[in-house]
Amino acid sequence: MVQLSVNGKMHEINVAPEMPILWAIRDIIGLTGTKYGCGTGICGSCSVLLDGSSVRSCITPVSVAVGKEITTIEGVEGVNKGLLDAWEEFNVPQCGYCQPGQLVSAVALLNKIPNPSDEDIDIAMSGNICRCGTYTRIRKAIHSAAASNDVKV
Amino acid sequence: MFHQKLLEMKNRNSLSRRSFIRNVSLASGGLVLACNVPSSKNEIQKYLDNSESFSPNLFVQLKSNGELILTASRSEMGQGIRTALTSVIADEMDADWTKVIVKQATGNAIYGNQNTDGSRSVRTMFEPMREMGAMARMMLVTAAANKWNIDETDCKTENHYVINKINNERIFYGDLAEDASKQNAPIAVVLKSPKDFVYIGKGLTSVDVKDFSSGKAKYGMDIRIPNMKFATIERCPVTFGSVKSYNKKNALDVKGVLDVMELPRVEKPFGPLGGVVIIAENTWAAIKGKEALEVTWDFGDNEGYNSEEYMNKITKNVHKKGKEIKNEGNVNSAFKKADVLLESTFQLPHLVHAPMEVPNATAHVQGDKCEVWAPVQAPQTARKEISDYLGIDLDNVTVNVTFLGGGFGRKSKPDYMVEAAAISKMINAPVQVIWTREDDIQHSYYHAVSAQYMKGSLDKNGNVTGWLHRTAYPSITSTFAAGVTHGAGFEFQQGMTNIPYEIENIRCENGEAIAHVRIGWLRSVYNIIHGFSVNVFVDELAVAAKRDPLEFRLNLIGSDRKYVSDSEYKLDTARLKNVLKMAATNAGWGKKLPNGHGMGLAVHYSFYSYVASVVEVSVIENKLKIHNVYSVIDCGRFVNSNTIKAQMEGAAIFGMSLAYYGKITAKNGAIEQSNYHDYKMLRINEAPNIQVEIVKSEDIPTGVGEPGVPVIAPAIINAIYNATGKRYKNLPLEDFGLV
Repeated sequence: MVQLSVNGKMHEINVAPEMPILWAIRDIIGLTGTKYGCGTGICGSCSVLLDGSSVRSCITPVSVAVGKEITTIEGVEGVNKGLLDAWEEFNVPQCGYCQPGQLVSAVALLNKIPNPSDEDIDIAMSGNICRCGTYTRIRKAIHSAAASNDVKV
Repeated sequence: MFHQKLLEMKNRNSLSRRSFIRNVSLASGGLVLACNVPSSKNEIQKYLDNSESFSPNLFVQLKSNGELILTASRSEMGQGIRTALTSVIADEMDADWTKVIVKQATGNAIYGNQNTDGSRSVRTMFEPMREMGAMARMMLVTAAANKWNIDETDCKTENHYVINKINNERIFYGDLAEDASKQNAPIAVVLKSPKDFVYIGKGLTSVDVKDFSSGKAKYGMDIRIPNMKFATIERCPVTFGSVKSYNKKNALDVKGVLDVMELPRVEKPFGPLGGVVIIAENTWAAIKGKEALEVTWDFGDNEGYNSEEYMNKITKNVHKKGKEIKNEGNVNSAFKKADVLLESTFQLPHLVHAPMEVPNATAHVQGDKCEVWAPVQAPQTARKEISDYLGIDLDNVTVNVTFLGGGFGRKSKPDYMVEAAAISKMINAPVQVIWTREDDIQHSYYHAVSAQYMKGSLDKNGNVTGWLHRTAYPSITSTFAAGVTHGAGFEFQQGMTNIPYEIENIRCENGEAIAHVRIGWLRSVYNIIHGFSVNVFVDELAVAAKRDPLEFRLNLIGSDRKYVSDSEYKLDTARLKNVLKMAATNAGWGKKLPNGHGMGLAVHYSFYSYVASVVEVSVIENKLKIHNVYSVIDCGRFVNSNTIKAQMEGAAIFGMSLAYYGKITAKNGAIEQSNYHDYKMLRINEAPNIQVEIVKSEDIPTGVGEPGVPVIAPAIINAIYNATGKRYKNLPLEDFGLV
């Protein structure tokens, strides 16, 4: 049995410790917001936060997450609602499939750098592929969320 | 304010609408507008979940609380179609957009054509959707007028209310639902004057944006059915190879793997390739089981396919006379008299769609019934294929269309849905079939590899006098018929035979090319190939003529004229020149650029739309950077400026991806690339600023999803030339160390 804390809720699941977090949360726990894209950690679709940092859940075994807090896209609203609002304002998603991963990476970026430059965004977000090509809107939305978070503080 | 539009079917001659709506006489003498099949209100009700509501047609359902359920019949794959189509209905209905809930249609011919491809959803559905909304609005007005005992002309509608123009009394649409449902459908539909549009032509945010950003949107892979199993399939590395033998022991040893079995190939265009299936309790076990499986293959006829050799072969075929496709004037005599002669050869590799969501489908076969859930661009094709495969009635197959995590043409081919149905039947349980990314890259329907040869002549004034264009590429029709050796007419029409240039002597030829993998359509299809060579070659001609590429191109397009066509769409050279001039103006064409920078342009007509792009690059120490893209589209009257801009932005990124990295190769019949590390995509750090302008137009709506793609790669090539004096004629640019 493996104990996983996901979005503040504890789950006890019967899986092999090497099962990647992605499949544990999608197929066992039933949170399907986190997406499979490549299975090799290079497209970013499966990004989740592990204690606030973005990790690739398709190559990170559940054993690594024991004793840590996993935040999936379903938990982003409670962490950085400003980003979700900015995503809506700029109508960022096209097909939307990569966006959970984009948002999770954006949360991690703003956790580390509250007011990122274009270059900071490029570095932090370059692990997330968007085949629809929403990059220019992602950039704008992150800047906007950063600015509105600033105002709130 | 309104203009009358009669829907007398016998007088209607618009092809797009004729097949879509028909009026059906009722006993009362009224007319019901419906799509194809249902012939009475009762039949329409069969397809709606709530008979309490006002449902004048299959697309509109108004509840008494005012909630308005509008049906989207086309698949959502990022182009914003669920928002666009329903906003057209809501506009004509004068409905309150905040009360709209969008329902996705299942795959069913009652909705008319549902193929979400060819950039045609708004083009073909704009008028029918207007009529659906207008019809509902008129019936609500009739209900209100009856209630007030006034004439319908004394009523107006606004934001979900009917208003009595005499005394300004108002009735909420929801309160009229019951009475409206008793009205007969109008015999003539009154459409709004375009100046009164409230949603059409604006930039509504996607109705799905919140679900997309919260993880709530359900894609194919997110479907969960009680007791469902998960399956992967190991397919032969060589197209159409087959299983010789397999050892399932190691696969069965993987925890969670339940069974291993063979799936035979189905020899149909959208038939499963076949292979060995791993059934498991979860996706991960299905993937691990597939990795552990040992299979011996009979590689079959395509084992000899080596794409490098193939490129040489088709290049030879364009360096000799090919099959004549078009011949105007006499190119040979033009070439003899030429002041300057120019020749160029272009080579472009296979591409693959690689949508972020891999092909997948969930199916549940129970006896003679099958229900399937999938991200699919062609739900009716899927329904037919599954019905044929299982040998059950079409009516017994339900195809639920989920969100598509990208499509780009891949999900128009429902082979993966037939796989799911086949496996569900074999194991007698619901099953989700998942392609791994490797499967997606290695077993797709590929965009054609191509070689092209162009020859042009200039007179002493720098005018183009002769134009020879030869192509060789495997045809999409090879996927549908055996023995195909040449391209097809619709392929040549995508930017080769319909070039809008005023040249007296034009000849187009096509050389032999036989397919060794499944060939399919990919976003903008053969326009990618022709748009590339034509735009780069024109730039070369401009250089040879010592003229500015913009001025040279405008001159080549020449006089204002419309090309003859058998459809209602005529290529209008004035509109083509207009987008070119606008893009050049937006980019500041001709301005002084920093050292190492350059600008290039391209213009292309596809899917009846006009697009020009100017790209600004720098090449410093042989490293390419794209700084700005300025795109302009004329797609006639547009519905949603926000999503059109998004499509054009996405098209620029898609075009850059294929220009930078796009290359699928085969060795001994097997595809050499496998995932995003060796079939790369553009990433955010490479994304330029993209400025999009949409031409304001009252012409009929035309395509949006694809037309932005073909111009990007040639504009990049022309910009690199402008910056460096080096001309690249093959893609991808990664092969030249530029990226």
